Amino acid sequence: MSLLVVESAGLLTTVQDFGREGYGVLGVSASGAADAVALRLGNLLLENKAGTPALEMTLMGGTFLFPDGAVICLAGANLGAQVDGKALELWRPHAILPGKSVVLGATRDFARCYLCVAGGIGVAEFLGSASTHLLSGLGGWEGRALRKGDMLPIGRLEKNIRRRKLRAGVLDGLKPGKTLRVTRGPQSDWFPEEAGAMLAGGEFLVSEESNRMGLRLDGPRLAARRKAEMISEGTPLGAIQVTPSGQAIILFVEQQTTGGYPKIANVIGADLHCVGQLRPRDTIRFEEVSLEAARALWIEQQRLLGSEERLFA
Amino acid sequence: MRFQAASDQALLVYLGEEIGAAAHEGVVRLVRLLQQDPVAWIRNIQPAYCSLLITFDATVVDHAEVQVKLSEYETRAEKMPAGNARLVEVPVCYGGEFGPDLEVVAAQHGLQAEQVVELHIARTYQTYFLGFVPGFAYLGDLAEEIATPRLETPRKEVAAGSVGIAGRQTAVYPFATPGGWRLIGRTPLEMFRKDREPMDLIAIGDQVKFRPITRAEFLAMRRA
Repeated sequence: MSLLVVESAGLLTTVQDFGREGYGVLGVSASGAADAVALRLGNLLLENKAGTPALEMTLMGGTFLFPDGAVICLAGANLGAQVDGKALELWRPHAILPGKSVVLGATRDFARCYLCVAGGIGVAEFLGSASTHLLSGLGGWEGRALRKGDMLPIGRLEKNIRRRKLRAGVLDGLKPGKTLRVTRGPQSDWFPEEAGAMLAGGEFLVSEESNRMGLRLDGPRLAARRKAEMISEGTPLGAIQVTPSGQAIILFVEQQTTGGYPKIANVIGADLHCVGQLRPRDTIRFEEVSLEAARALWIEQQRLLGSEERLFA
Repeated sequence: MRFQAASDQALLVYLGEEIGAAAHEGVVRLVRLLQQDPVAWIRNIQPAYCSLLITFDATVVDHAEVQVKLSEYETRAEKMPAGNARLVEVPVCYGGEFGPDLEVVAAQHGLQAEQVVELHIARTYQTYFLGFVPGFAYLGDLAEEIATPRLETPRKEVAAGSVGIAGRQTAVYPFATPGGWRLIGRTPLEMFRKDREPMDLIAIGDQVKFRPITRAEFLAMRRA
């Protein structure tokens, strides 16, 4: 069995795949990669299955030794990856020779980078997924973020990796933006004026207190007009809930599965990967779209991501 | 039944507008039918007090089609027998280090700690749904006499097994997590174990009763 040895873990590095959707009845949230588009492309570039488990690094990457060598692909944020002082380009398969380490640093653009390995990271599945859920300590590598000294099994290379390349323009269309498209939330009528202003392009700042569970936003105070107590209900991925103090929180991949705060809007499926690439102190805006438009954008994105012909040169 | 789009891929189905047995039975029947006879394009079902959040594959169906299918299921679910609820007994060591808020709760209501415990164990609770984290069961309804609001500032970490109350709800924390519920005791049982079938000690629709145990019994059960 080949290994990946964690020489330094970085700020927050976890094993993630597409998550374990479908266990809401057990109170289990899906978890999974914060930027599922980057994870998919990184894996496909290695001819892995799209949802093969990879390392998700956050803002500051680590150093990872491959005693037996490996073929890897980095996807998402640029963490300045190097081997022996030589830069490793993003979105390209790279052969790492036995005994070499991949060294990553602070981000130069977005929040998360995926280190995908040909053959994948070998961790036991929990409810059909290798994803780490930090709050409950379930899934992934011992249910926790990686630490110095961890040794993770990685897949064995079974064939030669072709030098796959993304077609020109593919990344431009999927580049994580700072304007998030949203549909109205189930309680948007609790905020008659604020919802209007928010959706008309008001600016919000991503707070330092943001993580995989949710992103707290600083900005115009959103006061609910209706003071009725809300009955807790299921919360969709990307829901923007408003606390009694008027703060907006985007519920994200490790979200609580139910909640009792009103939801003013919801990030559309086609923009969820952008949420995963937001950094603290980023300024963001919202733009309202109809359910029909959101669905059309989702279908188009899924078609593109499902078409090897359109993705690869 | 009332529908409300929640996101571009999710629909809220409301089976009532207030917390209580009527809405809860509707939710449980619909969940059971959807589990017995799954719909291929439903990606997730999240039940709550009065509602189900249905996440669907938006490349296959839209909100209107989901509504039609769920209306059909609702009609079928109404004809289903209620089914026998399972009774789960949860042993709890009340007060002391395991229930740091027991005295505070008692004082707030002008009661003795023992009276709070008596009121907590007197009722058989409904499991409305599981949420927050795996295995966290929302149980109700707590006796009005001991209903207590959440802490203003949640604790950074609550020990696994802690029994809390919040408003007219009570629950057991399955994992060491942050938490704002008032802690009155702790159970030695594991609420969620991934190597057990079923993983959850308590499931939606179950009835739950709490039984007081001594500290010695707690420690003995922990070791077992």
